[in-house]
Amino acid sequence: MTLVTDALLVAAGAYVVLSVVILYRIVRGPTMQDRVIAVNVVGTNTVVIIALFAAALDSPGVLDIALVYALLNFLMSIAISKFTVERGGVM
Amino acid sequence: MVTLYEGAIIALLVGGVFFGIVAAVGLLRLPDLYTRAHGASKTDTLGAGLSLAAAAAALGSGLPTVKVVLLLVFLFLTNPTAAHAITRAAADQGIEPWTSEDRGDGE
Repeated sequence: MTLVTDALLVAAGAYVVLSVVILYRIVRGPTMQDRVIAVNVVGTNTVVIIALFAAALDSPGVLDIALVYALLNFLMSIAISKFTVERGGVM
Repeated sequence: MVTLYEGAIIALLVGGVFFGIVAAVGLLRLPDLYTRAHGASKTDTLGAGLSLAAAAAALGSGLPTVKVVLLLVFLFLTNPTAAHAITRAAADQGIEPWTSEDRGDGE
């Protein structure tokens, strides 16, 4: 365990704590769009956590999971925002 | 003894976690959807970018670093786009922005 490995793991833990805190807005958020934005931020944090783990544990294969997760996260936001309005012209 | 390489990685990580905290506080404390989207999308994009830069620096040189840089560019492009699309959908649905007259009964 070198210093860089420790720092990467501590940062990943901090991102996990932040994501748990943001769950308050997902549960509470008065409108649906509040929840979508909070889920989007949690998804971005998850991508960062996966990338930090890949760097800390020196297992580069995990980075492919992070790439696919980022793609799915973006697709989820666009799909929800496109299909909740009548005409669907948000982009 | 902390070398310059380790110090740079730790500084990038501290910056990334700081902006992640700013995004979380903005999501929890700001009064309505539009201010929350504004605060969360920009600070979270910058925080994710700094943390991914730290991961790219820690991985050394090679194909994994290229993948992390691709991920960073992708997040910088798509995160503000997603926030824009969601807020535009909210505006189309007729959600009114928060004004100073709403102060007092806001969240």
